[in-house]
Amino acid sequence: MIRRPGLVALLAALLTVVLLAPPSARAQDAAPLIQRMATETFNDIAGAVAALATSGSPRAAPVIEALRDNRLVYRQADRAVFIREASGSFVSALTGEPVTDAGTTRPVRLNNAVRRAIDAAMGALTLMNPDPARRAAAAEAVFKSRDASALPALEQAIGQERDARIRILMEEARAAVVVASPEANEADRITAIGVIQRRGDQDALRMLGSLPATAPPRVREAAESASVAIRRTLAVWEAVQNVWYGLSLGSVLLLAAIGLAITFGVMGVINMAHGEMVMIGAYTTFVVQQVLRTMAPGLMDVSLFIALPMAFLVAGAIGIAIERLIIRHLYGRPLETLLATWGVSLVLQQAVRSWFGPTNREVTTPSWMSGSFEVGHLAITANRLAIIIFAAMVFAALLLFLKRTPFGLQTRAVTQNRRMAGAMGIRTNWVDAFTFGLGSGIAGLAGVALSQIDNVSPNLGQGYIIDSFMVVVFGGVGNLWGTLVGAMTLGIANKLLEPYAGAVLGKILLLVFIILFIQKRPRGLFALKGRAVE
Amino acid sequence: MMLTRFLLEKIDRTGWIFLVLLALAAVMVPVLNLAVPPGSPFHVSNTAVSLWGKYMTYALLALAVDLVWGYCGILSLGHGAFFALGGYAMGMYLMRQIGPRGVYSHPILPDFMVFLNWKELPLTWWGFSSFPYALFMVALVPGLLAFVFGWFAFRSRVTGVYLSIITQALTYALMLAFFRNDMGFGGNNGLTDFKDILGFNIQSQTTRAVLFSLSVVALMIGYLLARAIVTSKAGKILIAVRDAEARTRFLGYRVEHFKLFVWTVSAVMAGIAGALYVPQVGIINPSEFSPANSIETIVWVAVGGRGTLVGAALGAGIVNFAKSWFTGAFPQGWLFALGGLFIVVTLFLPKGILGTFTDWWKRRGETREPPAGKAVGQPAE
Amino acid sequence: MLIDPMDTQLPAEPVKAIERPQIVTQSLLYLDGVSVSFDGFRAINNLSLIIAPGEMRAIIGPNGAGKTTMMDIITGKTKPDTGDVIFAGEVDLTRLDETAIANLGIGCKFQKPTVFESHTVEDNVDMAVKADRTVFGTLFQRRSAEIARRVDEILGIVRLGDHRKRLAGDLSHGQKQWLEIGMLLAQDPKLLLVDEPAAGMTDVETAATADLLKDIAKTHSVVVVEHDMGFIRELGVKVTCLHEGSVLAEGSLDQVSSDERVIEVYLGR
Repeated sequence: MIRRPGLVALLAALLTVVLLAPPSARAQDAAPLIQRMATETFNDIAGAVAALATSGSPRAAPVIEALRDNRLVYRQADRAVFIREASGSFVSALTGEPVTDAGTTRPVRLNNAVRRAIDAAMGALTLMNPDPARRAAAAEAVFKSRDASALPALEQAIGQERDARIRILMEEARAAVVVASPEANEADRITAIGVIQRRGDQDALRMLGSLPATAPPRVREAAESASVAIRRTLAVWEAVQNVWYGLSLGSVLLLAAIGLAITFGVMGVINMAHGEMVMIGAYTTFVVQQVLRTMAPGLMDVSLFIALPMAFLVAGAIGIAIERLIIRHLYGRPLETLLATWGVSLVLQQAVRSWFGPTNREVTTPSWMSGSFEVGHLAITANRLAIIIFAAMVFAALLLFLKRTPFGLQTRAVTQNRRMAGAMGIRTNWVDAFTFGLGSGIAGLAGVALSQIDNVSPNLGQGYIIDSFMVVVFGGVGNLWGTLVGAMTLGIANKLLEPYAGAVLGKILLLVFIILFIQKRPRGLFALKGRAVE
Repeated sequence: MMLTRFLLEKIDRTGWIFLVLLALAAVMVPVLNLAVPPGSPFHVSNTAVSLWGKYMTYALLALAVDLVWGYCGILSLGHGAFFALGGYAMGMYLMRQIGPRGVYSHPILPDFMVFLNWKELPLTWWGFSSFPYALFMVALVPGLLAFVFGWFAFRSRVTGVYLSIITQALTYALMLAFFRNDMGFGGNNGLTDFKDILGFNIQSQTTRAVLFSLSVVALMIGYLLARAIVTSKAGKILIAVRDAEARTRFLGYRVEHFKLFVWTVSAVMAGIAGALYVPQVGIINPSEFSPANSIETIVWVAVGGRGTLVGAALGAGIVNFAKSWFTGAFPQGWLFALGGLFIVVTLFLPKGILGTFTDWWKRRGETREPPAGKAVGQPAE
Repeated sequence: MLIDPMDTQLPAEPVKAIERPQIVTQSLLYLDGVSVSFDGFRAINNLSLIIAPGEMRAIIGPNGAGKTTMMDIITGKTKPDTGDVIFAGEVDLTRLDETAIANLGIGCKFQKPTVFESHTVEDNVDMAVKADRTVFGTLFQRRSAEIARRVDEILGIVRLGDHRKRLAGDLSHGQKQWLEIGMLLAQDPKLLLVDEPAAGMTDVETAATADLLKDIAKTHSVVVVEHDMGFIRELGVKVTCLHEGSVLAEGSLDQVSSDERVIEVYLGR
């Protein structure tokens, strides 16, 4: 289920209408019950509370809450019941309307019996609240409190509940009560353990763990084996979740690194300004959104689709300019190229900083990219999913482009043997320029994606450049699949390490691993072999 | 005797000029600072002493970078790590000297450890109350790290941009590590609030002048050592490795040993530079490890002239002077200038200022002989 | 005295020396069943070759026949996937790296002349002359009279005496080739591997190179890879023709060049 505030509200409203009779009618029923509380007899008050709780009246909750907090008062003159608000003013307990003059009032008094009734009532009340979110929360509360007194209300609520998910929550809550209750018979408790095992989350685990040592051995055994089973599934889910995070991080790395891999593969140069191309892509998104906001606000939801080609073109054009103006003159001197492009990166950063200011710029996330849903115990957010899909599409497109187009063929030829390709009439300098443009353009695309999950600031690119290098170095040069495997391995390894080592230490470990790895495979995982490489 | 001969025998004219100027600076700057009254036009201000002292340590770092890059073709994007490690070793000594004078007045633990609620001094800090031990660590830690890193990297023949990138990863990893509080090196804030060094108040002008002179002397010794290495036969082999690594190997030289040697020497030099830097600026924090710092060091060397030693030191001075001036006059402009410098120097001045100048001088002086050939640093393959 | 662990573990059996047949022990270089492939392409395929001490051998073959890869295997640049490469009857070259192999006494000259361009001609030779090659040895080494004499001698042989103070980078292509051969000689190797020494040379230079190699062959074993048939005829030595990574024919130049298959794949009709 995708959580959108608007939709939820609408659903809630519908449910209210469908499930409940008109509130006014119920309020009528509630009136005498509320009236009965204006008494000194504790038994009457307790009885009224219990009856009111199951009445389904919308006044039930505020009245019982007020009673609990000693804010329920009645006028001695006519026994009219009022609620004293936090501000000190009074409202009618029957209608919730403010009253100008409550006269001389005295509080409705409490004793332990009444307090017990209130506690049970509160649980029951929220269990039948018109708002499904409140009902779910109430079921959860019972699950955690395992309060046996809530059982009757729970049974009743289960009978009424139409929402399958909430009913399951309630059944789990009932099971929790049954398991914890020493009075319930053994078979019921074991069945209940089964229900809790099916729930299978941390709360279920805690619930089973809190079973007292006095419970019958068979119940304890069942709880024990259920715990083991839950732990096992939870571990699997946690791993799956981390792999999912890893995939999404890997996709980000892939987007950031793949352009770098192309330029490094084809030209043998490291473009230190690659991160700035990503940054420029992100700023292009910002500018596109700024323009749309004033010119065509209706298009904001598709702003990213407009930003994508723009970012590709802007970053690509800058890339080609860098190649033509600088890198071309440094051919065959990879280390000098590295330094010159570092200079370019400083200039670009400062240019953006002067132009757009040093602070983060706000990039809007389209509504279709917010929200999340769950698959089993796996939480999937729409923006992560979108980035994974986007990275996959970019990768596939690039792969097709390089395999199926004449330009791709030329690029691959130059990657494998520059001199030979040149001898065969491929204009290697144009291949270089376009490759550089392509790599930079893809970095621009990455920037559009990153603008959705990261701060758009002049330093955006710097945060990714070292990771991108690591991907390229790890995956090996001249092979897109190597970059894919490299990005995903590093992304997933990073996320799998995080729970054990923490984010920073995990990253350090990974860097150390790559530094060691490159000793074993100096040319990366998927290196080209043979004499042409030298 | 043999050592002096080893160090002095191959100094050329540029080298002598450089050494004499440095020796003059080592003597005159403290004198002009301490003995000449502030009103006099010959007075050297206190800030100038600190600033120039800082430049001297940068020059030593540049020399270290030039030794590996200019002569052995190893473009290190992580020399800042060795510099910072040397600086941390010195910083730890200075922290221990604070003693109970810290904010929390703890007799042993530095303030940040008290703040973090630590109960005892971590193992890494043991012994740092002793100056000789700290000095030993200043050389050992960067040297050992360089040795281990180099041992693996050079043996596996990681070269060129791959090597540059993993040196960058090395300093980046160290930066992340030193940012962590539980590493026990002051986390974010690093080490600061130093009080005294060897019992002398670190704030006093005399101490500062002495530190300046020591930095100059360190630079001179560093130069002599580097010059002796590069002019020896081993130095020729380093250049051979830079120009044609495989060929050198086929001649029967253990290329990795030569690289490892010069790499480790260079790291120790960088560490010593860092150790002299910290007491003069009064702080060391993890940002010294940032990859950008290391790359900036490269541009000093490139501007001055790689493979010239004197040029590298000169470059460090020029670029940092420009930086000070720019950040005062046009704070916005500095990154443009620095970025532009990278581009201009690599494109138009591949030999740097000194290299270009000596070429021009040679050509002018020796018109009869054919002009000296190839540009420095054309890779072989 | 050191105790061989094999001895202590297996006292009943004597330590096994790897017994090699006479053909191996009497050869200077012995390649048997050597194969290497790059990404599925078999550059060398079950190659076997024997060079006797003092022998000079020419290797010919079309492009891609595996000549240079074979050289790379002998010098340790490339490790074979399978096969034996044995030097001087006892040393397994596949276990050694380039430096160790060079120090065993195998010198090589690349296809592309590679000299140290920013060093003088003299320094180039100086570095090649047999001497201490450790870091600390070279750090404190001074050019002894012995080495200086040797450098002079080599420069005389390769006729670069007049150019000794020039930078190697300023030499002509042919001079670089000669300098490289000079450096090879300075190493005083037992076996010289020379890849296309005559490439890019004028006829006069080629003839002079052939003479030089013949001179060298009097005291050294030499393997020459060459395309120039005239050059090989001038050398007048046993020829091996490689094709698709293995030996196609072997014998005198006349025998090989009359071989049908050699004509088919290499010489043309």
